Amino acid sequence: MEPRHLDRKGRPIVVVTGLGLVTSLGRGCDTTWAGLVAGRSGIRTITRFPTENLRTTIAGTVDSIECEPYSAYELSSRISEAAAEEAIRQSGIAPVGRFPGPLFIATPPSEFEWPLLRRLYDESPEPQLEGYKRMLAAARTGHYSGFQRQLEFASIADRMQDRFGTVGEPVSICTACASGATTVQMGLEAIRRGETQAALCVGADATVHPEGLIRFALLSALSTENAYPEKASKPFSKNRDGFVIAEGGGALVLESLAAAEARGAKVLAVVKGCGEKADEFHRTRSRPDGAAIIGAIRKTLADACVAPEDIDYINAHGTSTPENDKMEYFALDAVLGEHLRRTPISSNKSMVGHTLIAAGSVEAVISVLTIERGVLPPTINYDVPDPELPLDVVPNKAREQRVKTVLSNSFGFGGQNVCVVFSSEP
Amino acid sequence: MSDSPNERRQVWITGIGLLTSLGEGSAATFDRLCDPAVAPRVDETRFAPYPVHPLVTVDYARQIPKKSDLRQMEGWQAIGVFAAGLALADAGIAGNSEILDRTDLVVAAGNGDRDCALDRKILETIGAEAASGAYLNQALSTGLRPTLYLGELSNLLAGNISIIHKATGSSRTLKGEEIAGVSALENAVRRISHCQGDVFLVGGALNAERDDLLLGYELAGNVWQQAYRPVWERDETCGGFVPGSAGAFLVLEAREHAEARGKSPYARLSGVVSDRSRRGTGEVISVLETLAETLGVAPGGRPLPVLSGASGGAPATGEERAFLEGSMEAGFVSAVRAYGSRLGHTVEAHAPLGVALAAMALHRGTLFPPCDTSALEKPFDGPFDRVLVTGVGHWRGEGLALIEKAT
Repeated sequence: MEPRHLDRKGRPIVVVTGLGLVTSLGRGCDTTWAGLVAGRSGIRTITRFPTENLRTTIAGTVDSIECEPYSAYELSSRISEAAAEEAIRQSGIAPVGRFPGPLFIATPPSEFEWPLLRRLYDESPEPQLEGYKRMLAAARTGHYSGFQRQLEFASIADRMQDRFGTVGEPVSICTACASGATTVQMGLEAIRRGETQAALCVGADATVHPEGLIRFALLSALSTENAYPEKASKPFSKNRDGFVIAEGGGALVLESLAAAEARGAKVLAVVKGCGEKADEFHRTRSRPDGAAIIGAIRKTLADACVAPEDIDYINAHGTSTPENDKMEYFALDAVLGEHLRRTPISSNKSMVGHTLIAAGSVEAVISVLTIERGVLPPTINYDVPDPELPLDVVPNKAREQRVKTVLSNSFGFGGQNVCVVFSSEP
Repeated sequence: MSDSPNERRQVWITGIGLLTSLGEGSAATFDRLCDPAVAPRVDETRFAPYPVHPLVTVDYARQIPKKSDLRQMEGWQAIGVFAAGLALADAGIAGNSEILDRTDLVVAAGNGDRDCALDRKILETIGAEAASGAYLNQALSTGLRPTLYLGELSNLLAGNISIIHKATGSSRTLKGEEIAGVSALENAVRRISHCQGDVFLVGGALNAERDDLLLGYELAGNVWQQAYRPVWERDETCGGFVPGSAGAFLVLEAREHAEARGKSPYARLSGVVSDRSRRGTGEVISVLETLAETLGVAPGGRPLPVLSGASGGAPATGEERAFLEGSMEAGFVSAVRAYGSRLGHTVEAHAPLGVALAAMALHRGTLFPPCDTSALEKPFDGPFDRVLVTGVGHWRGEGLALIEKAT
């Protein structure tokens, strides 16, 4: 490998050559991008299931991909496939179906959903039994083996591998709301180790179903601004009242710079570095001193060999919960200091909602688009600034501005914090 | 920690934490495996017709001192946090904040326990009328414990380990049943050998005593539903696994890092390899053959006992058996033990459990006796300095790990 293909630490430089995106704004990078720069919201009143008796009745569902009957497994798989296919086609790395590297994929929980539980219960051949014993009797008939894929955690990865022909055992990941960023990190590390010249990194989540919504409502994490869905997600605003659950997916084709150059591929951005730090404070809250988030950002900058002053735009985690946005500001202030005042930061979640497992993937894709297209997507619904978070959030309207180096933050329940730096130059 | 791309470092196993149906701690578990008088512990009544290997009685407070922490965990998390604590203590890094601050977690996990009593109540009441959606919303909103989701989320085993034991370098949770455990080991080995981390806590946990877990696996007929039988003695056409409750964690460390702090290893984890076949007829055999070649185990080498992670599920276990029989005939596998016959199938924890037992066997210089009376498992008391662990998923994923005496 030639010296210009290595970074300052002597590691292979890793680049992005393909992007794919599905959000509540639509299917495909261009559709979502058009919505983002227009400041449009993808948040709507839920129509997928009855919402009586729910505190929150809005979400950013993916309606652009048909999925009837809905299941989280089926729609998450279709979103993954759509995003990955777009990314592979753009990269031109190989025919779809013969991807020359491993798959790292962030997937939602593989779990029982109520329509299946009800079928097993209602159709059981032994209705005299109770609860799970009754459903187990139904399962023993073998008539429901087609639903196995909804319960096996390997199944989305397995389906993706069949479709795209990725190499080796696919790796399924969960670091909660940091999962998408973790896939980028795993791909980056694998290419740096020289195991592969390319990696397919995907994250998808389509868990807007009653239990999926209610469990976050019970953690008091969701906005209840049901009357004006498009106004509900308001990161960094003083009146922010929780996140809006959403669906979506993102895919990135990563390659070594050497391999991308050798085949004449267009380089969309460089993955400069990743970093992570786990929190040990609480299951849903960060340490009050922000040490873990600060640690994740610092480790990322160190891995990327960039100084805080080199960051010229931040794609925020920005969930619109009181806790996250405060801690994110606090940590960025600690690491970037005065430079933060000059650095625009916006939250895509103000428009596409919080895509949970997929958020890191969706925002990684949008970070690269931001570099590529020279426009900063806005933070919409920024009508009541929070004076305690003095930030340039690119309020309400997109801004034409070329940026070179972007920091993308992802912080998860369970204390898993992952950041990525993308840059236009090695 | 340097990050030079071309460095290769040895991976040492310096800590083991086990909590199983046979015992608390790796020594207790291994002692009982070695004692021919100790039968597998099996409960055939609680979940009939499904036998399960129940967890040994354990006082969680010894690793999870605060009741408030324990209350927020579901069973699988408590098992895993306990085993992880044993591994850290065994490695001599429990309470060492300097090392824990840069200890990287790679955890294999599925989902936590559902609230089966609530599910039952809802199913009994919900009916088929148009208002059932509204009822479901109401019942879940008022019936679910607000923190239950934190007991279910895959990454919250790792999250709880960070909270209780303060291991916080980084934290990744891999999913995908058995192969998640293989991938977790593989990822840690690759990162250590390429200087992307010095010390790792790797493992998984299963609470087998769950109706919802049995139901999930029984949808496709994966669970053994007759009186207990060892793995190789389950019918090849309609076999199944007997779930076993267990937590299995390992501290993996760069040799230089362990030496610098004067820690001697149980063994060396020389290699972990994996692949995924579509499970066409014979594919498990050919993938295992290729993986064995990649690991460098081939006819003509030193004695090679195998700890098989076979689940008992058909047809994968039958194919693995054919691979092992062929390898014994070719003379490069010296003995086979399906540890799931004694401890149950522990799914995500199964590969870390197998590697832990292999390290114990090398450390003690003895393999435990056959787990059944099949022709495949024969007594073996010869010397050995390496052990092969197989990890063939009940549905997907194939993996092998080679553990060698550290020199």
